[in-house]
Amino acid sequence: MADKDVLSGEHFIHGDAACAEGGLAAGCRFFAGYPITPATEVAERMARRLPEIGGVYIQMEDEIASMAAILGASWGGVKSMTSTSGPGFSLMMENIGLGMITETPCVVVNIQRGGPSTGLPTLVGQADVMQARWGSHGDYGCIALAPSSPQDCFDFTLDAFNLSEIYRQPVFVMADEVVGHMTEKVVIPKRENLHIVQRRTPQGKREDYLPFDTTGPLPAPMAVAGQGYHVHVTGLTHDERGYPVITDAVQERNVRHIVDKIKKNADKIIRVEAVELEDAEVVLVAYGCTARTARQAVEDLRNQGRKVGLLRLITLWPFPSTIVRSLAQRVKAFVVPEINYGQIAYEVERTAQGKAEVMLVGLMGGAVHTPGEIAEAVGEYL
Amino acid sequence: MKIRLRKLDPFDKEAADSVVKQDHGLHPDDKYLKPGRIPHIWCPGCGLGVVLTTFIDAIRRKGLPVDKCAVVSGIGCTGRVAGYLDMDTYHTTHGRAIPFATGLALVKPDMHVTVFSGDGDLFAIGGNHFIHAARRNVNLKVLCVNNFNFGMTGGQVAPTTPLGATTSTTPFGNAEPGFNLPYLAHAAGAVYVARWTTFHPRQLAHSIGQTLDKKGFTFIEAIAPCPTGYGRPNKLGSGLDEMRYYRDMSEVRNGADPGGATIRLKEKILVGTFVDVERPDFMENYRTTVLSKAMAKGKSKEKGRTA
Repeated sequence: MADKDVLSGEHFIHGDAACAEGGLAAGCRFFAGYPITPATEVAERMARRLPEIGGVYIQMEDEIASMAAILGASWGGVKSMTSTSGPGFSLMMENIGLGMITETPCVVVNIQRGGPSTGLPTLVGQADVMQARWGSHGDYGCIALAPSSPQDCFDFTLDAFNLSEIYRQPVFVMADEVVGHMTEKVVIPKRENLHIVQRRTPQGKREDYLPFDTTGPLPAPMAVAGQGYHVHVTGLTHDERGYPVITDAVQERNVRHIVDKIKKNADKIIRVEAVELEDAEVVLVAYGCTARTARQAVEDLRNQGRKVGLLRLITLWPFPSTIVRSLAQRVKAFVVPEINYGQIAYEVERTAQGKAEVMLVGLMGGAVHTPGEIAEAVGEYL
Repeated sequence: MKIRLRKLDPFDKEAADSVVKQDHGLHPDDKYLKPGRIPHIWCPGCGLGVVLTTFIDAIRRKGLPVDKCAVVSGIGCTGRVAGYLDMDTYHTTHGRAIPFATGLALVKPDMHVTVFSGDGDLFAIGGNHFIHAARRNVNLKVLCVNNFNFGMTGGQVAPTTPLGATTSTTPFGNAEPGFNLPYLAHAAGAVYVARWTTFHPRQLAHSIGQTLDKKGFTFIEAIAPCPTGYGRPNKLGSGLDEMRYYRDMSEVRNGADPGGATIRLKEKILVGTFVDVERPDFMENYRTTVLSKAMAKGKSKEKGRTA
């Protein structure tokens, strides 16, 4: 049984399956979900794999319930996960907010399709990027990773679990239909080569334990059900003990804590890949399946001797503002291909502060860019 | 962007602890209540205190260690119960106590997980979760405090408000009939279904005790006075008058068909234990039909070629 959770070796699997395997390797033992194209295969893989290692798979009545169930399981001390796509992601927003204010680690995989509403169920989209950041009401910090390949799906889902344990909050894996349904080689490392962050639980006396401490740079350890700490976990504004306190003073501490724990640790969380940026005059900013096309465009343009680079976002959130700001000082323009009508492009424009031009190469969904059209867009500046 | 914020007012643990030390421990029930959480927020005459005390009574009589108990609640007046009990307690989003508790109960099969919530929370916004958890027979004890209205928001119509009853959003009387909750629970698959009022604390404690012994999805409806939101517009008088009303209108009929337990304005209210049956719970079915096969399989077929 112990060897079945980490399937070390080479596999030829799609991104959805790799997300499931990444979760299992990270220690996920509870999955609650609801069928939705193009994320259903994550749930199907989990339904087959979790029982093999003694975990619990449950198909809930909707995505609202799925999100609530993984929070409940997390407070039971078990790493938990769900997967969905746009319409389900919308339904999950309510309990994502609960996960944020109650500082509950878990992972939500979103295999993005075209929206809004039912949109393009079977075709690609990247238009949930801002929803991941701002979708639930109120202020909170956000961590979202964007895989570009099935290998990334494995690696980033595992990383998402680690980040969720460190920062005690739901973490998003923002894949897209192309990556989710793409089949490629995935190498799962040996168990001893995996870096897995385990849940930190309190050890001291109950009287001294503050489950929602706001003083440190990181959240307090998390007391799980049955451990004897008698925690009160509430979606109401609460003090460090978890007691509801409906005052502006406690609201200041509560909200600033859940925002600042991400903001102040952003440098530790942000992951990017720099491709040929050293002498680049035009920088492509891309993520997910679009980063693959952008990479091809960079290669083609470099072959023509044109100075183009790619800043591939691995974390969409926190956004790598410092990197973009410093690039803006010396590059002519940023070209941002994404499968939406402008989401990360606004973030790039905001961060560049007028120091460099910004062009969105948008697609509304259902198709991917061609390297040619990205190269053509770059041609406007070179 | 520059950011200017107010100076933070830090948490004063010493002051918080001293409040706890002053007031906690005088009452025998205090060991079941979170230090420093009383007084509660409920209105004078509200039935919630009775149901909370009764729940504590049932746990005490059973001799259950509180470390083995967890309470999950939704939003509303009843949703506040979780915050007062000295055990692991979870005050979730509106209507979502049951799915949250499902996750908790499935990974903590050794704990008694009680969902303590109101009629509006469980049967309006949370109705779908209720029927599915009952169908699955998740090992959850649902204790629904029914006050026939949305109390926390000031007495609006609920899915339990009887036909013709007045609330702040049915000023001319309710045009919809209310749910018959025991019948709904029974039809959806609950293995234990009872209804009592706050006039029946002994019977209610006994029922809660019975559900704590049972594996599977159990349902108890506890009818409670709400003099502020429901009693006043329907001319039921004070909380005590409303309790007298429930005494006069209640008819104990253990084993009665829950199909006949519909509540109508100013008519008899059937109370009692209506359903008590055995059925394998979710985890038992999961173990026998899923885990036994999956875990018996040899090395997984998905095993990679080389390590």
